[in-house]
Amino acid sequence: MSIVEFRNVTKTFGPVVVLREVDLNIDKGEVVVLIGPSGSGKSTLLRCINALEEINGGDLVVDNISVKAGRSQVRHIRQEAGMVFQQFNLFPQMTALDNVAFGPRRVRGVGRAEALEQARALLAKVGLAERGHHYPSELSGGQQQRVAIARALAVKPKLMLFDEPTSALDPELRHEVLRVMQALAEEGMTMIVVTHEMAFARQVGTRLIFMEDGKISVDGNPAALLANPENPRLREFLQHVH
Amino acid sequence: MEFDWSVIGEAMPALLSGARLTILITIVGLVGGLLVGFLAGLMRAYGNAFLNAVAFAYVELIRGTPIVVQVMFIYFALPVLADIRVNPMTAAVTAIVVNAGAYIAEIVRGSFLSVHRGLKEAGLALGLPMWKVLVYIIGPVAFRRMIPPLGNQFIVSLKDTSLFIVIGVGELTRQGQEIMAANFRAVEIWSAVAILYLLMTGTLTLVLRVTEKRMRIL
Repeated sequence: MSIVEFRNVTKTFGPVVVLREVDLNIDKGEVVVLIGPSGSGKSTLLRCINALEEINGGDLVVDNISVKAGRSQVRHIRQEAGMVFQQFNLFPQMTALDNVAFGPRRVRGVGRAEALEQARALLAKVGLAERGHHYPSELSGGQQQRVAIARALAVKPKLMLFDEPTSALDPELRHEVLRVMQALAEEGMTMIVVTHEMAFARQVGTRLIFMEDGKISVDGNPAALLANPENPRLREFLQHVH
Repeated sequence: MEFDWSVIGEAMPALLSGARLTILITIVGLVGGLLVGFLAGLMRAYGNAFLNAVAFAYVELIRGTPIVVQVMFIYFALPVLADIRVNPMTAAVTAIVVNAGAYIAEIVRGSFLSVHRGLKEAGLALGLPMWKVLVYIIGPVAFRRMIPPLGNQFIVSLKDTSLFIVIGVGELTRQGQEIMAANFRAVEIWSAVAILYLLMTGTLTLVLRVTEKRMRIL
């Protein structure tokens, strides 16, 4: 069953066409890895799903709601589609615990005590049980990103969007974030991940999508595509990534 | 010439009552100015084209004219124009509200817009409506950044009350002027007046510094 459905979606920034009539179905439980050269539209495609970018043509249906259905419906979509950003974007005035408890309290209307208890459990899940009372500025990049994952999970989304979650991290901190993402995938979470981590794509991804120039040009099994990239542009891209 | 301390002693009760009035005008005026400033600043930053234009016109009108002209207008021109008669004290407070409000609007707008776009997106991505993003996420971060420029404006407004001498409000400068006119002791009186202003602005600076330290500036 489709949870995300792009129907002929076009997105432009002024005169620049970023997505060209994209069609794409993503089913529950899939772990989709989106790759492509910079400017190919992969981040924009992701950001259209939770309507951080407004589409200009076609339709995009997430969990049976169109992104064009109006503000309150869009908020519904956003509650079902958690997002993790490249720059973490934690709320700097709140502790790690309050960052995680914030969504349930202000979005779902959960009481403070209950929200904090859930937040503690989620921080433990991402390996940060001891760091709850630290502010984001007191955490490493890898720790901040794990808090950000917990914050997104706290709203109990059906789908998780990752926008280059490890690109701003030092190499030695990436694996701690990737491990959390892998555990999440193993629990059956539907995930769409924009990344350059090919090992993650191979081991965790169930589907690999290669974008260029606003279009999906390759779509298939990650292990097979990475072992034998028939598309010459994909082959060239993979040489540059490694 | 000889500095006569007894002159200051005799003048002090009147000067202190003037200082009290200065403080009163400043506090009431700034509370109103903050309300007006937040409203106008948020209209500028997040309002639609109409609200933005209204706030812009207000800010430009006030910033583009001297506060003395503004208070004269409120006190002398409004009664003629609209038959609105106000006492000098009301005119003084209104002038501070309107004048500080325009500058505070720009401080508010700048602080809110200076907050990293990613925080707004993170809030929206959780499924919050925009007003909650402003109240719970951007507002607190912006507020910390506002404290230094707001402090600046508070001090300017406090000193601007001295201009209300022109409409006869008995604040500190007016009191000094009246005593001086009676005893011609310019050095003693204006020294005392200056020191009283310094004490008031100094206290304000201290309060602001403590506030700033208590809220970690982000």
